[in-house]
Amino acid sequence: MSSKKESVVRTLTVALLVCLVCSVVVSAAAVALKPVQTTNRLQDKQRNILQIAGLYEEGRSIEEQFQQITPRLVDLRTGEFSDAQDPLTFDQQKASKDPDMSQQLTGEQDIASIRRRADYSTVYVVENPDGSIKTLILPIHGYGLWSTLYGFMALESDLETVVGLGFYQHAETPGLGGEVDNPNWKAQWQGKVVYDESGDVDISVVKGSVDPNSPKAEHQVDGLAGATLTSRGVESLVRFWLGEDGFGPFLDHLRAGEA
Amino acid sequence: MAKATAKQVLFEPIFSNNPIALQILGICSALAVTTSLSVTLVMCIALTSVTALSNFFISIVRNQIPSSIRMIVQMVIIASLVIVVDQVLKAYAYSISKQLSVFVGLIITNCIVMGRAEAFAMQNPPHMSFLDGVGNGLGYSFILICVAVVRELLGAGKLFGIEILPLVNAGGWYQPNGLLLLPPSAFFIIGLIIWGLRSWKTDQVEAEEFKMAPQTRAMKEAM
Repeated sequence: MSSKKESVVRTLTVALLVCLVCSVVVSAAAVALKPVQTTNRLQDKQRNILQIAGLYEEGRSIEEQFQQITPRLVDLRTGEFSDAQDPLTFDQQKASKDPDMSQQLTGEQDIASIRRRADYSTVYVVENPDGSIKTLILPIHGYGLWSTLYGFMALESDLETVVGLGFYQHAETPGLGGEVDNPNWKAQWQGKVVYDESGDVDISVVKGSVDPNSPKAEHQVDGLAGATLTSRGVESLVRFWLGEDGFGPFLDHLRAGEA
Repeated sequence: MAKATAKQVLFEPIFSNNPIALQILGICSALAVTTSLSVTLVMCIALTSVTALSNFFISIVRNQIPSSIRMIVQMVIIASLVIVVDQVLKAYAYSISKQLSVFVGLIITNCIVMGRAEAFAMQNPPHMSFLDGVGNGLGYSFILICVAVVRELLGAGKLFGIEILPLVNAGGWYQPNGLLLLPPSAFFIIGLIIWGLRSWKTDQVEAEEFKMAPQTRAMKEAM
């Protein structure tokens, strides 16, 4: 019996059958669960956007709440709204890796250490009843200590006061850099002003605590204790995305009322 | 192997033959996923179901598997189950699966799963193998939950994300111990658990691999 069990034909048959059965099971699970997973991912992102814009209400369906937000595509090269891609399906993370869809950043430009910047980006707009912008939510990302942090920053209608900031994807050290998710720390960003009088980016994450009496206090946020590099990363990525190579030109156009 | 009863198969791995504490298997995931209790619980459920089901299926086909490709067949079955579990988590426990990230996939390399398949499921009938898988999963879960309770409670002042000890930076009195949120702390806690377990069940103490020379020991004691 044992010699029959060990024959080449038998070995191959068993291997083939096991592979076949397993691959059917795996594919069935993947296909059957895909719709639920896609909704989950989308809802997770939408919840983040709502939370950062300060609109999230516990208990109401995310889909319903998200209807007050309009996704729009921005061409980062010209700084204007564009229709070249569908803002809902455009994947900026993927586009940042595609040479046809992004551009290389020089060392000097690349303060957020992201190497390539996609040509397009999906921003989210909350409009007033008269059609003017109430809140503008910008996607931001950049390198911290271990990982690229992906998040959003929401600005008020003056396009310089922060409504909220948060990250939905990162892998910083829990308890140290991971404190970027701490609600108390994120709350500090509210009301900070990211541009100075002359229109240059002016926001920094300082070591220790911000002196509330300092004239710069509205441009500064407390650093995270024990996470100097993550704090610095957050500062750089915010500066990058608000600056010339990020959303700077787009925000200029919006201010002039011609995006 | 002597005939073991279902009860023995199910409960022995928890204290007497714990996969982590006695066999020292599956340590890597024990370090990585124990920073918060809810994540740990999901990981334990995932690992227990993979171990139980892989034992079950491997045991069903154990008489058909040619010994030359034994390991590979086991791996294929385990890997398929892990992918299915990962997909289910992504669909029904999205936020936790995000925190577990790569560690669900790494169940494949967890020595407990492979070890039980090779050591138990290949020689025993399906229902016993299934119970053995559940038992070993419980043994793993027991240690992980102990570690996670200590780490989350003392490291973040919370259990299941609910505040138990009010933290200093939120206006309370408890200064959290940041070390407990870092992987090394899990080593210390597991070490302490093993020490405790072996002082209680002294038969688990391993024999010394070599004898120390008498002078050295005398000197050591003198100091």
